Amino acid sequence: MATTIIPFGPQHPVLPEPVHLDLVVEDEKVVEARPSIGFIHRGLERLAEKKEYQEFVYVAERICGICSFIHGQTYCQAIEEIMKIPVPPRAQYLRTIWGELSRLHSHLLWLGLMADGMGFESLFMHAWRIREKVLNIIEATTGGRVIFGSCKIGGVRRDIDPDTMKTLLAQIDDINKDMHEIVNVFLSDRSVKARLVGVGTLTKDEAYDLGCVGPMLRASGVSQDMRSLGYAAFNEIKVEPIVRTAGDSYARCEVRCGELFQSVNIIRQAAAKIPPGEIAVKVTGKPTGESITRTEQPRGEVVYYVKANGAMNLQRFRVRTPTFANLPALLKVLQGCDLADVPMLVLTIDPCISCTER
Amino acid sequence: MTQEQTIENIALTELLDKVRSFRASKHRLAQICATDLGDKYELLYSFDLQGKLTSLRTYLPIPANHSLAPGSAGGPTTDATHPHLQSISSIYGASILYENELHDLFGIQMDGLAVDFHGNLYKTAIKYPMGSKKAPTPTCETK
Amino acid sequence: MAIFAMERLALKWAFKKPVTSRYPFEPRVPLPHSRGKLEMPTPTCIHCKICEKKCPTDAITVDRAKKTWVIDRLRCISCGACVENCPKDSLTLSEMHNGPVVTRDREFAAAVVIADKPSPPKV
Repeated sequence: MATTIIPFGPQHPVLPEPVHLDLVVEDEKVVEARPSIGFIHRGLERLAEKKEYQEFVYVAERICGICSFIHGQTYCQAIEEIMKIPVPPRAQYLRTIWGELSRLHSHLLWLGLMADGMGFESLFMHAWRIREKVLNIIEATTGGRVIFGSCKIGGVRRDIDPDTMKTLLAQIDDINKDMHEIVNVFLSDRSVKARLVGVGTLTKDEAYDLGCVGPMLRASGVSQDMRSLGYAAFNEIKVEPIVRTAGDSYARCEVRCGELFQSVNIIRQAAAKIPPGEIAVKVTGKPTGESITRTEQPRGEVVYYVKANGAMNLQRFRVRTPTFANLPALLKVLQGCDLADVPMLVLTIDPCISCTER
Repeated sequence: MTQEQTIENIALTELLDKVRSFRASKHRLAQICATDLGDKYELLYSFDLQGKLTSLRTYLPIPANHSLAPGSAGGPTTDATHPHLQSISSIYGASILYENELHDLFGIQMDGLAVDFHGNLYKTAIKYPMGSKKAPTPTCETK
Repeated sequence: MAIFAMERLALKWAFKKPVTSRYPFEPRVPLPHSRGKLEMPTPTCIHCKICEKKCPTDAITVDRAKKTWVIDRLRCISCGACVENCPKDSLTLSEMHNGPVVTRDREFAAAVVIADKPSPPKV
């Protein structure tokens, strides 16, 4: 049969960010997909050699707009590990709370985009209506809506006072109720199911071999969540990974929906357990050494490699972002799918191209 | 807070055998990272098994006459002066993106790549922006 | 198992006021402690250049001799690093966000010359 190559992206209604795929199509079936990224490569890994290591937190946070806080947190953890800085427990708990808020807003964003991708506009509006409430909490506690700017090496820059914490918990209860309503729709609506069930199935072995991370891996039945490594306050708050075994788009949606309520749970636990005390320690000196730090972002595991040689700047700063690890799996699920399902499948890995191109 | 991780130093020649043994013991490829140390590249292959991270560290010498100037027609150079590295993509299929990245950012020539983007994965204005600083300043290409 | 989940959701919201605000008529009230526009320094500024040094985007330029404090609005990211490090607390972040910047004059468009400021109090 004759094959046709259909270019998909870098500008496409379903893609918020530029990624290009050449789809080799036979009739309506995609035979092969060839990716090409690098449209917005910013060279942030190289910028680390020019910025002071303490200033670089601001850059690390701006690697991605959606998982911004966890990027900053991971960078701070990497430096703290090299310099052996004891981070006060209150700061660890605050980081946990903000990290989970960022997961909430990222997953709600994704659910909205997902609904938008399948043409379910009203559901998309509802998902983003709830996300707006999360953003308001974030703005009230950190001062920024998307770029939190509240993490620094040695602790955090802002505290949440008890009154704000009380309002935060009340708002979280409200959000939790709203989320139940829309998650119900996502998991039971006939038209959503028709678009998701059985589409883009990835078996457990394939997911593991292709190096998937995050919800993509957990939807295929591999129980792996970097929060179980016990960074920040996760050594005291236990996280049970949410795992589904079907491995299709619906399972990925289920995992993310489950993680919404898990995050709410973690925020409540952290708010109950948060100890009083200092929120930051003073950092002096220059880092020498190297460390590999991993944390769980909304999209999956992120790997930071930081190498410092006692100068004001880092010698090497390397980020392996979750989307970068999920791209091979995307190419795998695209093989043999229908052309009409391509946008949905691209969305199910929750692509964050800015992350990918540091 | 310290996360469980080990870094093993190995020789470049052992790399493929080591990677094969990791594959046999069901490790997941977490990342491949290169660092420019002036006269050599430090390569770090990280593997994850049940949350435990093991990294292989090896060094790739940079030939003294290595130049990062682009080859003919602005395409990838197959210049003999580039450092050559054996690809692990036959063992870990997921390594193609990391290895194409090594080629595009560092100018390391990968041998035996399963999917070769020929330097088109990243569309950087400067070819091999993170390559060895010992080399002459890379020229900016205009398209 | 929810039946008609979306229909119920849609019906519920059909009789409610919209959650969006009518923007130009109802401007958004920023939340307290929001990081907005960086205000010009108060006369307590001693031109110590700490803000210039701490600024991650090099938006601030301070001239000690001429006693000028210049900010490039297009570069400022409202991170608050200068506010935290100011020894005289003369910098503040307003809750309102910066309006649109229409010119690209980097150095002088937003320049403030604090020439006639009183000499800083002796501590």
